[in-house]
Amino acid sequence: MTLPSLTLVAQAVLSGVFVGALYGLLGLGLSLSWGLLRQINLSHFALAFLGAYLTYQLASVGGIDPLLTLLVIAPCFFAIGAAIYWLLARFAVTPLNSLLVTFGLTVIVESLIQWLWTADFRKLESHYGNVTWRAGSLYLPLPELLTLGIAVALCTAAWAVLRYSDLGKALRAAAEDAPIAAAFGVNERALAMLLSGACAALAAAAGLGLALSHTLTPSQIYAWIGVVFAAVMIGGLGSALGPLVAGIVIGVSEAVTMALTAPSWAPLVSFSLLIIVLLVRPGKIAA
Amino acid sequence: MGMSRRAIVALLIGAFANAVPPAAAAPSGPPVRIGSTLALTGPLAATAMLHKLVGEIYVEQLNQRNGLLGRPVEWVLKDDQSKPDLARTLYEQLITVDKVDLLLGPYATGNILSAMGVAQRYDKVLIHHTFGIPNLAKYDKQFPTWSLGPDPATTFPTTLLNALAASPKPPKTIAVVTSKFPSVQFMSMGAREIAKKRGLNEVLFLEWEFGNRDFGPIASRVKDANPDFLWVGAIGLEGNQLLEALKKIDYAPQEHFYMYPAPGPMTKAPEAKNALAATIFEEHPPFTNNPKAAEFVKLYNERAAKAGLPDTSVETQAAASYTAWQLLEAAVTATNSLDDKAIAQWIKTNRVDTIQGKLRFDGPSNYGDDLMRVKQVQNGRWVVVWPPEVAAPGAKLLVQ
Repeated sequence: MTLPSLTLVAQAVLSGVFVGALYGLLGLGLSLSWGLLRQINLSHFALAFLGAYLTYQLASVGGIDPLLTLLVIAPCFFAIGAAIYWLLARFAVTPLNSLLVTFGLTVIVESLIQWLWTADFRKLESHYGNVTWRAGSLYLPLPELLTLGIAVALCTAAWAVLRYSDLGKALRAAAEDAPIAAAFGVNERALAMLLSGACAALAAAAGLGLALSHTLTPSQIYAWIGVVFAAVMIGGLGSALGPLVAGIVIGVSEAVTMALTAPSWAPLVSFSLLIIVLLVRPGKIAA
Repeated sequence: MGMSRRAIVALLIGAFANAVPPAAAAPSGPPVRIGSTLALTGPLAATAMLHKLVGEIYVEQLNQRNGLLGRPVEWVLKDDQSKPDLARTLYEQLITVDKVDLLLGPYATGNILSAMGVAQRYDKVLIHHTFGIPNLAKYDKQFPTWSLGPDPATTFPTTLLNALAASPKPPKTIAVVTSKFPSVQFMSMGAREIAKKRGLNEVLFLEWEFGNRDFGPIASRVKDANPDFLWVGAIGLEGNQLLEALKKIDYAPQEHFYMYPAPGPMTKAPEAKNALAATIFEEHPPFTNNPKAAEFVKLYNERAAKAGLPDTSVETQAAASYTAWQLLEAAVTATNSLDDKAIAQWIKTNRVDTIQGKLRFDGPSNYGDDLMRVKQVQNGRWVVVWPPEVAAPGAKLLVQ
């Protein structure tokens, strides 16, 4: 058996970082809503794909630069996210039931996507797709670099807000103990709607990442749920940086497995890591 | 004695009436109900859409032609959501609750296998279009219209390697990378065996799980191996995903083949230049020399464009689907009945004129001739390049 070259392994690591960044970007909104709002929002994935399709539509048909489409899509999604929170709060939906309700929303959004764009494949052809940079013998494709950049920027910004701003402190306080936080003047309901809207806007950003690098089809919504849930749980619920770090660890592990052994073993990696973390640090899953 | 003016007019009217064919009588009476499922939603929906379109076209044409046995045809179509277990339940429903007269198969191997089991339980004929693993088709009243022959894992790789051997640069090394999706995996295993028998040196063999998201590491390994010929056991978008990953690391395979690619995306991708694939029908002569085929292609192109499909061309899926309806119509008309036993017996003992040619169903597992051809992406469209007698006019297999 010949050993793989260092270039092959290094390129595989890079590939894992890129796909892991997308896992992290998809997981950011899910982690915040699950950890801070106690809502397991499955429709986050459907919203990400809806965002991807809208990016495709505005860029391919409307001729707008894909990055600029976020200026239009993110605010609309903010409103949708706030509306979803209002709905769940209005009917006092428990965390477990939020999984069921948002699963229903996912099916509705999937059907909407299929109705508007059909089940056929859609690929965003942008000028970013033709650009690949070199670093020695390694290749750095621009769409993936953009997604990595957006993921790092948003995760870092979210972490900084939660850590250092009054808004972040209020959100964490409300998540820890809502009545006591209210006694200190924290408007838990308004903050929750703000956070839910922000999480939906983050789904739009994840959709941009999907559209830049992947071909879209409605049923692909479900293909990402397992691995992103693993990234969120390993990274810690309510954590901003956790899903990104965990996503990259998972992505790199999968990629190195594919580079060194049989690629068909790669799916074992993310869930084996999750099982190990659950066994070793069960109490540390929540941030 | 001259004829009276009235007699001359009457003669002319009579002559004219005989020259004009009588208008086809509209079908009447209770409808002949044909039941099937398709993956209208779920991961298989993109391809199942084509089958739905073909079915709608055919039923419309059939009813314009006086239906079946003079009765209108009604297609009872249910959504199996791409799930074989649901397909099984729905076929039971079609037979026992909807009480359809005849069945047609669903899309994709897993769902067809489920439907086959139900058809066998109720002794119904099942004509189906794209079943990928012939040796699993054990039921004697099932009839496949995808003419890949009874042993495609041997015959098709042989056809392909014959085409490559006749090209200006016959390959000496081969890399086989494949999805573990059942109907492509077994073809890839067949390709490995045939390649070995023909003395090709296998420099790489890899398998990935269907649904794999990251093709970067696989692309890196292909680039490292640098084979003369790359066999990709891909289904749907997997081929495009691998090509995109190869492009990102600045590698273009010398000769490359994709088992069952999504046809539209593969023609549109610049990196798919000269990609090879398998087919039973393409939209060019000699296939379109058949007038029925030409008419179907025109109608399908129009309807697909109207339905908003990005790719409106007829190829294997649409052609096999249309053939299935042609077979059903031919058998019902010939036996003048809806009796499954009589229909099955007739199909086994007769050749049927279809847009693929004259087909037979008397081989192992009711398969007939192997009509799989090799096609190639040239100038943004698929053209058949092998065997030469069915190649597009002037087309030859191009090598990088």
